[in-house]
Amino acid sequence: MAPEAPQRERAIAFTLNGESVRCRAPARTHLGDLLRHEFGLTGVHLGCEHGVCGACTVLVDGRAMRACLMLAVQADGATVETVEGLTESGRIRDLQDAFHARNALQCGYCTPGMLVTAVELLSEAVAPSREEIRDAISGNYCRCTGYHAIVDAISTTAEARRSKEAAE
Amino acid sequence: MKAPDFAYARPASLDEALALLAAHGEDAVPLAGGQSLVTTLNLRLSAPSVLVDLNAVPGLSGVTQEGDVVRIGAMTRHRDVGVAEIVRARLPLLAAAMPHIAHPAIRNRGTIGGSMALADPATEWPACCLALAATIVLRGPREERRVAAEDFFQGLYATALAPGEIVVAVEVPVPAPDAVWGFDELARRRGDYALAGLAATARRRGPGLTAVRLAFFGLADRPVLARRAAAALEAGDLKGAQVALADELDPPEDPGTRPETRLHLARVILGRVAGRMLEGGRHGA
Ligand SMILES: Cc1cc2nc3c(=O)[nH]c(=O)nc-3n(C[C@H](O)[C@H](O)[C@H](O)COP(=O)(O)OP(=O)(O)OC[C@H]3O[C@@H](n4cnc5c(N)ncnc54)[C@H](O)[C@@H]3O)c2cc1C
Ligand code: FES
Ligand code: FES
Repeated sequence: MAPEAPQRERAIAFTLNGESVRCRAPARTHLGDLLRHEFGLTGVHLGCEHGVCGACTVLVDGRAMRACLMLAVQADGATVETVEGLTESGRIRDLQDAFHARNALQCGYCTPGMLVTAVELLSEAVAPSREEIRDAISGNYCRCTGYHAIVDAISTTAEARRSKEAAE
Repeated sequence: MKAPDFAYARPASLDEALALLAAHGEDAVPLAGGQSLVTTLNLRLSAPSVLVDLNAVPGLSGVTQEGDVVRIGAMTRHRDVGVAEIVRARLPLLAAAMPHIAHPAIRNRGTIGGSMALADPATEWPACCLALAATIVLRGPREERRVAAEDFFQGLYATALAPGEIVVAVEVPVPAPDAVWGFDELARRRGDYALAGLAATARRRGPGLTAVRLAFFGLADRPVLARRAAAALEAGDLKGAQVALADELDPPEDPGTRPETRLHLARVILGRVAGRMLEGGRHGA
């Protein structure tokens, strides 16, 4: 059987923040641009578009990924969650409150990527050390806060979730 | 920046992927995790006209053990290599090296096969494959070939991979029960490419070491198996091993770090890794 011919654009369907969506995507468009321009999800921030800054980090099939390093057409069939979806579901309310309380954001440019990265970390580690938190966010640049406050916010969220868990 | 225009195909089998690469020749490249390829597209450092996505090709990911060989599918993500049960039990060197690769989001997507094909001289997997005497399994339009890691890495981003071939797996012999290993890496920041790195394996013999394999990375245009340093270490001469590195490594000139500095760092990590292996430890950094 001859393989299907390569295409410059494809029709794709995927689950975005809990909803089934479909659209056409040019092959050269990365997922970050698709989410911003086609779906208005401007919480997906683009800093560098080569994988270095982490501002574009989203969850794809539950795992943190760089939206700038995935082609939009590769989202076909996947489940994608952005900071907007995580916010609406209430799933990161405590984390967001902790970021606020600890001054873990100033300009906010890095924040969506930080939150998504923290979501993955907290889903894997119940009691991450400060070292582990630093390691997890090592690929997320913040040019404002100096990181300490961000580590504090993630750490206190982990702690609070542990005591809540223990109380239940 | 934005990627230039290209066409995209998502073959559903290995044969289809190979046929697409054959049909489009030099202009077509495989797309694995995209964690290097898409960066070069976005930066317009490369402009292939066709991307052949391997992500929907079945049978290319996962870790299995067949007899004395662990087979790691090319599309296995960095993270999944490092956390696989078989890897933790049989190839702890790989489990120790994994967290040094980039950052979580990149480890979730980048693949071991992509790292082999790219052959960046400052990266972890190629050196680990040299230390573990791994074999790279390649599929071309007509045949499958197996190339020893020692013959696979041929220079700066240069490998034995022929045009139209796909890396399908990495096969690693299970180390002997008396095997020891060591890993260390120095980078400017967590997740950065190595300034100097070492993946090592050996077997314990009495108070010393035998069958020493020292694979340095970030210290030449390719990962380097330092044979004279290994021989000196087998003779119990760590100083001699550190001296030998001057001739065996060829650290790159770069504006941030002088070659002499990198050579010094290589000697430092050799001292650490040798120390740990001699303690009999199966430790990593
Ligand atoms: C910010 C950042 C930091 C990084 N730091 C590190 C690091 O510290 N250590 C490290 O090891 N890596 C690092 N990387 C690179 C990352 O690990 C890549 O995932 C890896 O180098 C390439 O794997 P990939 O699957 O993403 O390949 P791709 O980017 O998809 O492909 C890379 C090249 O290999 C070819 N190719 C891919 N798969 C195959 C195959 N199966 N057969 C034939 N050809 C193939 C492609 O055509 C392309 O030319 C970093 C990347 C970024 C963005
Ligand atoms: S925009 Fe994706 S990592 Fe910077
Ligand atoms: S708050 Fe400004 S970049 Fe982090």
